[in-house]
Amino acid sequence: MTQVILPLSYLIGSVTFIIGLKMLSHPDSARKGNLVAAVGMTIAILATIFLYTDENGNKLGNYAWIFGGLIIGSIVGTLAAKKVQMTAMPEMVSLFNGMGGACAMLISIIEFKHHTSIPADLYEEAGASALKMIPGTLFITIIVGMVIGSVSFAGSIIAWGKLNGKIKDFSFNGQHIMNLLLLGIITALTVYVVAMRPEATIMLFYVILALSLVYGVMFVFPIGGADMPVVISLLNSFTGVAAAFGGFLYNNPVMLTGGILVGSAGTILTILMCKAMNRSLKNVLIGSFGGGAKAGAGGGSKEQGNYKEISLNDTAVLMAYASKVMIIPGYGLAVAQAQHVCHELEKVLQDKGVEVFYGIHPVAGRMPGHMNVLLAEADVPYEKLLEMEDANDQMGSTTVVMVLGANDVVNPAAKEDPSSPIYGMPILEVEKAEHVIVNKRSMKPGYAGIENELFFRPKTSMLFGDAKKVLQDLVSELKQV
Amino acid sequence: MDFITNLFSDPATYRLLTIVILSIFLGIEVISRVPSVLHTPLMSGANAIHGVVIIGAIIVMGQAHSDDYLALILGFLSVVLGTLNVVGGFVVTDRMLEMFDKKKKKAP
Repeated sequence: MTQVILPLSYLIGSVTFIIGLKMLSHPDSARKGNLVAAVGMTIAILATIFLYTDENGNKLGNYAWIFGGLIIGSIVGTLAAKKVQMTAMPEMVSLFNGMGGACAMLISIIEFKHHTSIPADLYEEAGASALKMIPGTLFITIIVGMVIGSVSFAGSIIAWGKLNGKIKDFSFNGQHIMNLLLLGIITALTVYVVAMRPEATIMLFYVILALSLVYGVMFVFPIGGADMPVVISLLNSFTGVAAAFGGFLYNNPVMLTGGILVGSAGTILTILMCKAMNRSLKNVLIGSFGGGAKAGAGGGSKEQGNYKEISLNDTAVLMAYASKVMIIPGYGLAVAQAQHVCHELEKVLQDKGVEVFYGIHPVAGRMPGHMNVLLAEADVPYEKLLEMEDANDQMGSTTVVMVLGANDVVNPAAKEDPSSPIYGMPILEVEKAEHVIVNKRSMKPGYAGIENELFFRPKTSMLFGDAKKVLQDLVSELKQV
Repeated sequence: MDFITNLFSDPATYRLLTIVILSIFLGIEVISRVPSVLHTPLMSGANAIHGVVIIGAIIVMGQAHSDDYLALILGFLSVVLGTLNVVGGFVVTDRMLEMFDKKKKKAP
């Protein structure tokens, strides 16, 4: 009977992952989909603990260790996930992704130790070393799983650090060549070790591990902040592939399907994000953003002309007598935690008979959908969130556009300046509206480091200050109008 | 070379290879039409699903010799990390999607 239940549980697991992912891609069923996948995962985990047997029919031991690990992981994971601010969600996903990568990495290391140490005395009689007895397929699975896992782990940790501001962008000339070289060395060493099994195999294995970790760090370091969502999504699919190699290692179908599903789905998601920014994956990875941004900032520091400021009072009057107001949220809104005040502003305006919409650029914030999640937290109705194309259609009939902490997604350079690093990215065409009010903390350029000519255009007025503070004051002003 | 031959000649490996190829297409099909609103929760959900690597960690842990402390400690660490990935991933995703729910209920 046991021989049926374990494979059946794995099959159930695989199916729930597919159904879960499918349901996650529709707004109505998304939450249930997540639950379905979680139930499937639980079944697969429990079945493994109690029913798994190796080739000799031995059950698993060390239950105290296993349950200890599960309990600690569950408590810490739940607390971390419950306590994290909605604004810090992208970092959190990156961090969890890194944990998965590290897990895959450790599995490979332990398996390698297991295969190279335990049966040594048996093989010595036959005149061969333990190293030579590892089948090539198994060995390559172990090494590749470790390489991908550790790249994903190191990369995710750097991405996490970059997103919460602990780690600054860092790049130097020839970095890409060095990265390629590093990747070449890792590949060459892997092939050499698997094919030749030199005396130094064990040492070289750990050299490969170290190089992979370095590569993961160097891979994410030069990538500009605006591209971080793409990188996280890509690392997410890396971890999926690493998990799938674990599936190969243990002949385990649920690890294989789960891993590969995430690997391919993650890649598609990555490409969708790139499309939204009109950039190729290659460009993102080579990090031309970093280099180009410097050039753009240099060019942009030429005379930009003057910008004009607008007072809170004037803004309030302008908005109160508008027929339609469009709010363009960006990362600044998330940083200032201003989503609730923003919703309040919307309600006050609506009470005055003003139509209010939100124009959501697909890559506003630090992750696609970031703004939607944030505004949903503040109970902003779903229908008020317009996707970019709908927002642009409405722009012509809009009286006031309020840009809240967004920058690159409204930069006209993307349409007009072929030398700009973001040239070709679709933007929200705020200039079609009658008035544009931009709220920023200062005149500093946005995350991509590019000057924004919008701020100097005649239609634009600047409203300086922290988004939350400004909106609070604006709401109280509006109530008096 | 024996790696490539193995992929096709060994029935078990070949079965796995088939699963891999089919799963790739499945992953692409399942994801290709997603509103951008759901990109972040979807990424987070997929992130939780690759936590299935925990199963490997459990197997490694359960097979470690009880006197091999290095393997026990590394295995324990991998179980903790894998669980973090799974549990944290699903809980974060649920939290994101909960907000969509709340707004749905209030709308009508």
